[in-house]
Amino acid sequence: MSAIQNERELQDNSYAVEFRGVTKKFGSVVANDDVTFGVRKGTIHGIIGENGAGKSTLMSILFGLYHPEQGEILLSGALSKIKTPSTAIRAGIGMVHQHFMLVERMTALQNVVLGTEEGYWLKGGTGNVASKVKEIQNRYGLHFPLDAVTRDLPVGVQQRIEILKALYRGADVLILDEPTGVLTPGEVQDLFRVFQDLRAQGKTVILITHKLQEILSITDSVTVLRQGKSVGTYATAETDRMMLATLMVGRRPNAPPQAREPRRSDIRVEVSNLGVKDNLSIQRVFDLSFQIHAGEVLGVAGVAGNGQSELLSALAGLSPPSTGKIRLGNVEILPDHPTQPETIRKNGVGHVPEDRHRLGMMKRWTAAENSILGLHRSDRIEGVGKRIKPSKVGNWCRDLMTKHDVRPANPDLRFGLFSGGNQQKLVIGREIALSPDVLLIGQPTRGVDIGAIENIHAALLAERDRGKSVLLVSVELEEVLALSDRILVMFEGRSMGIVDRADADEKLLGLMMAGLPLADALNEKKVTVQ
Amino acid sequence: MRNHASGTIAAIVATLINIAAAFLIGALLIVAVGENPLKAFGVVWTGAFGSLKGFSFTLYYATNFIFTGLAVAVAAHAREYNIGGEGQANVSGLGVFLVGAMLPFLPWPVAIVLGIVAGMTFGAAWAFVPAYMSARRGSNLVVTTIMFNFLASLLMIYLIVNFLRPTTSMIPASGALADNLSLPRMDRFLLTLGINIHENPLNITFLVALLVCVAVTFLIWHTRWGYELRAVGENRDAAAYAGVHVPRVVIQAICLSGALAGMVGLNEVFGVQHRLILDFALGYGFTGVAVALIGNNHPLGIIPAAILFGALYQGGASMAFMFPKISREVVVVLQGLVILFAGGFVAVLRPYLTEQFDHFFTRKVA
Ligand SMILES: Nc1ncnc2c1ncn2[C@@H]1O[C@H](COP(=O)(O)OP(=O)(O)OP(=O)(O)O)[C@@H](O)[C@H]1O
Ligand SMILES: [Mg+2]
Repeated sequence: MSAIQNERELQDNSYAVEFRGVTKKFGSVVANDDVTFGVRKGTIHGIIGENGAGKSTLMSILFGLYHPEQGEILLSGALSKIKTPSTAIRAGIGMVHQHFMLVERMTALQNVVLGTEEGYWLKGGTGNVASKVKEIQNRYGLHFPLDAVTRDLPVGVQQRIEILKALYRGADVLILDEPTGVLTPGEVQDLFRVFQDLRAQGKTVILITHKLQEILSITDSVTVLRQGKSVGTYATAETDRMMLATLMVGRRPNAPPQAREPRRSDIRVEVSNLGVKDNLSIQRVFDLSFQIHAGEVLGVAGVAGNGQSELLSALAGLSPPSTGKIRLGNVEILPDHPTQPETIRKNGVGHVPEDRHRLGMMKRWTAAENSILGLHRSDRIEGVGKRIKPSKVGNWCRDLMTKHDVRPANPDLRFGLFSGGNQQKLVIGREIALSPDVLLIGQPTRGVDIGAIENIHAALLAERDRGKSVLLVSVELEEVLALSDRILVMFEGRSMGIVDRADADEKLLGLMMAGLPLADALNEKKVTVQ
Repeated sequence: MRNHASGTIAAIVATLINIAAAFLIGALLIVAVGENPLKAFGVVWTGAFGSLKGFSFTLYYATNFIFTGLAVAVAAHAREYNIGGEGQANVSGLGVFLVGAMLPFLPWPVAIVLGIVAGMTFGAAWAFVPAYMSARRGSNLVVTTIMFNFLASLLMIYLIVNFLRPTTSMIPASGALADNLSLPRMDRFLLTLGINIHENPLNITFLVALLVCVAVTFLIWHTRWGYELRAVGENRDAAAYAGVHVPRVVIQAICLSGALAGMVGLNEVFGVQHRLILDFALGYGFTGVAVALIGNNHPLGIIPAAILFGALYQGGASMAFMFPKISREVVVVLQGLVILFAGGFVAVLRPYLTEQFDHFFTRKVA
């Protein structure tokens, strides 16, 4: 090893990770362009940037999933020798991916210990490690049933498994790519407490998020990426929301949409006494009743995992109701008369699923093929019919991409290779493209950057103004408050009541989300105000 | 960006490398039995491609492999594994034979159309029960289709021996069909040009096979049905969410698969044998799995893969004939090696090559 190199390596080992001129290209797309910055040891470091800015790619490089064309990475001042994820794990790097990397058929515990079993025999199965895992669970408040099969667990819980998995492997540097998207506010607080504990023990946390509030409240420093380039690294204390937003997007963000007078007209969606069981035959929704008028957004608020997913799945015709009745426009769904998703779609219902990777898209197909998924039986798209003309579908996709600012605007690219936010933009664009009478939407802006959130919200409100009925399920209170005309709060599968937007605020909804029915919540609120 | 070009080129190069590797190991085997592998492979080559006669045989085998390969591929696009091509082809022979036996006066251009309809219908019908049980009752298609191969075999023995065999004959085969039903054959055509390749089974069904390749390509990538088929294969939950009636598409896909395997009946009964003989489809159904695997479930890959196996059948027979130390089993092992390498190990090499080609193209673009 030459002396010069030695000197350089010794220079700055206060950095746990240092990127120097890292460049990664995918064909003509430059995902990372000469990225240079350092992450100090024992800090919480935020990375922000628009969808497609290259955040996930950069972290994948650090984790050994991609190899940069140029540049180098230093770990504690020494040139990184990471070539694969397993060497990265050995080098003390832990990663919680934006899209979960769990074996769906295994139990939670099996997923946590997967790949760390010692020896060739599963001595006593996973029982030996269960206590160790439980200990970590308790230490960080990451609770979930260890013997549940992963695919039956809601997204929020799967995320927790991912986090625990990295901790179990003793990561020194923990990378979290949009970990808070599916967590409840309380869970986010718990997670941040975990971060603080880790920091106190000298570990380093790299946090990617689109929520500037999180950056401001937890990180020590923050790096902004824009179109693959590192715009700068700042001490968080010296920044504010507006400054970060402006750095990210290159312009000032717009004001949020205003609440408006509710407009009443005919009832288009009617759900009465609905009960839904999940695939384990456990009752998840109890006796739920609500109506949605034409030209109205009904928000469904609630902590993740309180029956919202099952509600959406019943409305979409994917799981038949166990009791009660659903009417969507002129289709009825009854327990003894289950209706195919196909029929429901045909009758003018669009869905944006909560879990877009599992339900909303085909990862290995091109963007163009994805752009007609679910619309492929419509006769309103040129080139789509009994016969499908790929070039026409390409044009259709390109139009959608332009309209919803999907980047890169290349219909022939495999959809799984788009950044998470850009996938979401196309999925939403697709579902509202034919302006269905009823829109069922789960977590519309999960993983989507500030600029794109504005666009998606504007598009949804435009649909409402066109007289469509929208059911919006979101764990983001801010989002529910910004879009809804009325808000239904779910807790443990039951309705805690429906509030008009004008009467709702975060405090009231928070109380209801914690399990207080509307009347009690109003009382409680009065008491605390006095 | 990872374009389709580098993926496709990588798939082709990886397959070729793997076929070469299979022959390399095959060569060691031939050395081990005490023959010169270069000479032996030379005989395979000339046997399969060296003469018009040999090449016609190669294409005749390939005809059947194209049908069974397409059959496996169509189901595979819905991520269903139809291992029942064997039985579906077997039963289809009955359908084609019945058309010929009941309408002996038909001229061949009409007979071929009715033969196609009958072969496909019988093949599809034989696939329907396993398809239904798989889509609606969740039974394992691989297991049920294999069981149906045995059932088909027993059924055909029963029918041929007890009903179709002329009472005077001891051979387990039906009586001959009318001459006017015979499909045009290559040997007769060449004879009119003054070229003699003796008796040769290659017939017009080969052209039908090529047309079917075009039709299947169109169906899978240019129709709504094909779109739903691929959606089911890619992600069933998402397909259902998108309004695809998954069990229906699965049943249709497996029945179409059976129908394609049923085209073997046309080639054999109207094209070659002019009667229904026992076990006429033996081996074609299973080899179709390998053909689809090597052809990457795409008709453009299935055609060369089918010709490759046609050549191994034909050239392998020449090799076993010419070299006393090389037995029929050595030929089978060679075929097995090609399946193992080009069908199985290719997945190991392909991702790596895709990345390499990506880099190559990237540099060119940049
Ligand atoms: N394997 C790949 N092949 C081709 N292009 C890719 C690949 N991976 C990422 N890209 C492209 O690189 C760019 C950066 O993507 P990346 O996923 O890093 O963005 P991101 O900043 O994480 O965005 P988001 O906030 O939406 O998650 C995008 O334009 C994306 O389409
Ligand atoms: Mg990302």
